[in-house]
Amino acid sequence: MSDATLPATALSSRRAAPRGALIGKVFEGLCFTAATTLLAALGGIIVSLLIGGWPAIHKFGFGFLTTATWNPVTDVYGAAGPIVGTLVTSALALALALPVAGGVAFFLTELCPARLRMPIGTAVELLAGIPSIVYGMWGLFVFAPLFAKYIQLPLMTAAAPGSLLETLTMGIPNGSGILPASIILAIMILPFMAATLRELLMSVPIGVRESAYGLGATTAEVVMSVTLPYVRTGAIGAVMLGLGRALGETMAVTFIIGNSHSFPKSLFDSGSTIASTIANEFTEATSPVHTAALIALGLVLFLITFAVLGLARLMLRVQEARS
Amino acid sequence: MNTVNPVEDFETSIADIDRAQVKVDVKNLDFYYGKSHALKAVSIPFARNQVTALIGPSGCGKSTLLRTLNRMYALYPGQRAEGEILLDGENILAAGTDLAQLRAKVGMVFQKPTPFPMSVFDNVAFGVRLYENLSKADMAVRVEEALTRAALWNEVKDNLKGPGLGLSGGQQQRLCVARGVAVRPEVLLLDEPTSALDPISSAKLEETVTQLKADHTIVIVTHNLGQAGRVSDYTGFMYLGQLIEFGATGDVFTRPATRKTSDYITGRFG
Repeated sequence: MSDATLPATALSSRRAAPRGALIGKVFEGLCFTAATTLLAALGGIIVSLLIGGWPAIHKFGFGFLTTATWNPVTDVYGAAGPIVGTLVTSALALALALPVAGGVAFFLTELCPARLRMPIGTAVELLAGIPSIVYGMWGLFVFAPLFAKYIQLPLMTAAAPGSLLETLTMGIPNGSGILPASIILAIMILPFMAATLRELLMSVPIGVRESAYGLGATTAEVVMSVTLPYVRTGAIGAVMLGLGRALGETMAVTFIIGNSHSFPKSLFDSGSTIASTIANEFTEATSPVHTAALIALGLVLFLITFAVLGLARLMLRVQEARS
Repeated sequence: MNTVNPVEDFETSIADIDRAQVKVDVKNLDFYYGKSHALKAVSIPFARNQVTALIGPSGCGKSTLLRTLNRMYALYPGQRAEGEILLDGENILAAGTDLAQLRAKVGMVFQKPTPFPMSVFDNVAFGVRLYENLSKADMAVRVEEALTRAALWNEVKDNLKGPGLGLSGGQQQRLCVARGVAVRPEVLLLDEPTSALDPISSAKLEETVTQLKADHTIVIVTHNLGQAGRVSDYTGFMYLGQLIEFGATGDVFTRPATRKTSDYITGRFG
């Protein structure tokens, strides 16, 4: 009999404790507020970019994205130059950084002697933590003169007139431009990608690695055929995040890209990216349309980055679903 | 030198086997994980086309011994072996041994199934492709043969293109056995191959092992004494890094020669 009444008592005594319930409600509310604030901020940014950029979007329409005239004097703005500059420098940076990042990660997980593992791993993490303005200054004062002297000039003199190499290397040999900016970007995103790839490769179960070695595979075969495919989608996610970083990088690029709004015609031509254009001109934008054009540029960058990160999330989710 | 783990003076009983039948001969093997002395002067022969079981309590060194036979330990700095392991008379511990070729000759199946992230077919073909350049048709024959030997063919023959990771646990383990036998190794090392499997899958795998010994020399590490009794021809009992007793399985299980072995087999410790 007492058995039958016991649960009821327990239940009612729990109900008679409103304090716990109140704390629970407050906690839930706080968490909910925190999360929705972030969402509201995101929406707010999109809306304010749209409103701020509207005069330019309204005036130039779709042509804003496809024309390359950026002229504050006549107040005509077309963003194709900075957009292409952004996409090209980021893509080049990725192409340069990815093989090296892969090499660093493979070395650290498969080949590195135990006593080198710590110093190299720490160096990679430290590199990832250097502020971008330091990379920019180093790029302009140290890297650019060396690049001009030892790479740019020899390439330009070696190029036969009318050859593809001549087209690619046209420009002023001062060490700034699209390719130097891409290289600096590559150096910047490399540590992040190397560290992430290393984490991914280390997450491969020991048994899977040993099984591959156990069948007589060499280190290169194990990495290329087994461990890398094992982390395939995660690796794509890491690459996308690195790309996202390169797309939005401002200071380092502003230092060394040359800051010209024209459509870049060669690897050594001066150019600009969306972020460098905004950083350079915001304080000097006097006409409302100029300001609006810069804000619209921000919106474009936001959408590009958003698309890249969205793609990365999607790929990471696929990876999780599979494992 | 090593005073941390002194070699204890246990009573041992090592039966001799017909030397002509020895495929792998371990002689006076010491093994170290850094400073820890994990195998102490172990000498044990593995007979050709026979199954040898290694039994003993956890941490006794049986898996360590297994991992010296294909030098898997060499992946890890700080682990080292001293002594001799003769595979057909050649010392595989000698400097300059080609580890990839050694491991192609001495295959291994692990405790947990470890399919590669590729199709069932490619999993089995993986090791073969490393060393042989077979035509498509020959490869198909080889894969079918390996899967049949691993008693998996009937279950996967309609889904060879499906992912290896999509199979059940027991199927994955038999896939790993197929992957191991597809390269036609001379020696097959099995490290507690059924510990992660259900009883039905275990029984199937034991049957597979018994069939495989026609073509391979098999060494199996197991915690399951019943399994050792069922599948093996010879049994080695290890304790604290030493080989305490070695002999024909029937003898070791029914007439253990040492006190330690008899205590372990009757379940008094372990």
